[in-house]
Amino acid sequence: MSLVRARAEYWQAVGEVLDPEVPVLSVVDLGIVRDVREEDGTVVVDVTPTYSGCPAMRVIEDDIRAALHRAGAGEVRVNTVFQPVWTTDWISADARERLRAYGIAPPSGSAAVATELVPLLRRAPVVPCPACGSTRTEQRSEFGSTACKAIWYCPDCRQPFEYLKAI
Amino acid sequence: MLPLFLLNLADDRLILGHRLSEWCGHGPILEEDIALANIALDLIGQANLLLELAGAVEGRGRSADALAYFREAVEFRNALIMELPRGDFAFTVARQFLVAVHGMLHLEKLQSSTHADLAGIAAKALKETRYHARHSADWMLKLGDGTPESHRRVQEAVDELWRYTGELFEMDDAERALVAEGIATDREALREPWRAEVSRVLQAATLQVPDDGFMQRGGREGRHTEHLGHLLAEMQIVARSYPGAEW
Repeated sequence: MSLVRARAEYWQAVGEVLDPEVPVLSVVDLGIVRDVREEDGTVVVDVTPTYSGCPAMRVIEDDIRAALHRAGAGEVRVNTVFQPVWTTDWISADARERLRAYGIAPPSGSAAVATELVPLLRRAPVVPCPACGSTRTEQRSEFGSTACKAIWYCPDCRQPFEYLKAI
Repeated sequence: MLPLFLLNLADDRLILGHRLSEWCGHGPILEEDIALANIALDLIGQANLLLELAGAVEGRGRSADALAYFREAVEFRNALIMELPRGDFAFTVARQFLVAVHGMLHLEKLQSSTHADLAGIAAKALKETRYHARHSADWMLKLGDGTPESHRRVQEAVDELWRYTGELFEMDDAERALVAEGIATDREALREPWRAEVSRVLQAATLQVPDDGFMQRGGREGRHTEHLGHLLAEMQIVARSYPGAEW
């Protein structure tokens, strides 16, 4: 009984940790927290990385530890798990809307499985502009300011914007 | 056997990632500078995960940092293609392309490895590698079907690099034993799908597919080109000058 109550408290504490690079989404919104549990008095948090080289992961681990200590946890262990593999498909509709309102276009559709390498045979995703909703947008680069974002351009706003890549 | 195989996979990514990071601040345009740095970061991140796993499996208490910064050139197991100097932009793009298509096909198989952690890392790395392959394929088209100068340079790069691609499909007896256990995958079987996929893009880019000739080899056994030592000197100097330092 006490274990269930503690879990809820700890889940809530972890749920308040924001992604340092996308500070409108919590690490739970993103789906990178896979489990929070207690093992012999230690709070264990299973975390799955977004991108292999994402430098925010270490900051996120430190923030999770600090949030749990504030919520009264003693020993905390952050455990990295690799399966199932993180996908942007796990980001909820509500979180997607917050992302858009913040100015970052949310992932379009679900993460593609296969990839076409010949550029002219490839179909780009439709990514509505987060500011005006235009669908006449175009990709400028598949790589952006962080590992998870691409650079897009809206001809109607005449502004570039960031897109959280479907992966 | 398994630690050495993991070092193979890790060293390919660590050395190529370091090479690619040399472009940071020198890319031809801002977007490309950012893209190359991002790809380098993905590769070094994948290497970090694989080195951690190699250290854990080896059981001698070596961390990812210890493996990256305190091994000598002869202990590195990367294929030679990864360590070649970055060359011009066409050379960098062509190498990324040839290596990323191979990585994509290899990781597609490794994600069903019977080793759960390796399978998970491979599945993650695969998603990133697909982006890398698409990005470099885009540039193969732009350069190959671009100006006479860009066409000439990228064709020369492909011709020069081709002799280093054979090593990507090599396996030693230890790796064959891992294939039998379902941990590794048959690299030989990747050769034809790789050639087919590479050829499709080269043809779309109006480039010639080179004939297979003499193939350079030796990296998997620690016999490297002179270039690796110079790369390691730069990559390892801080960790070796201040052993145990943390930041």
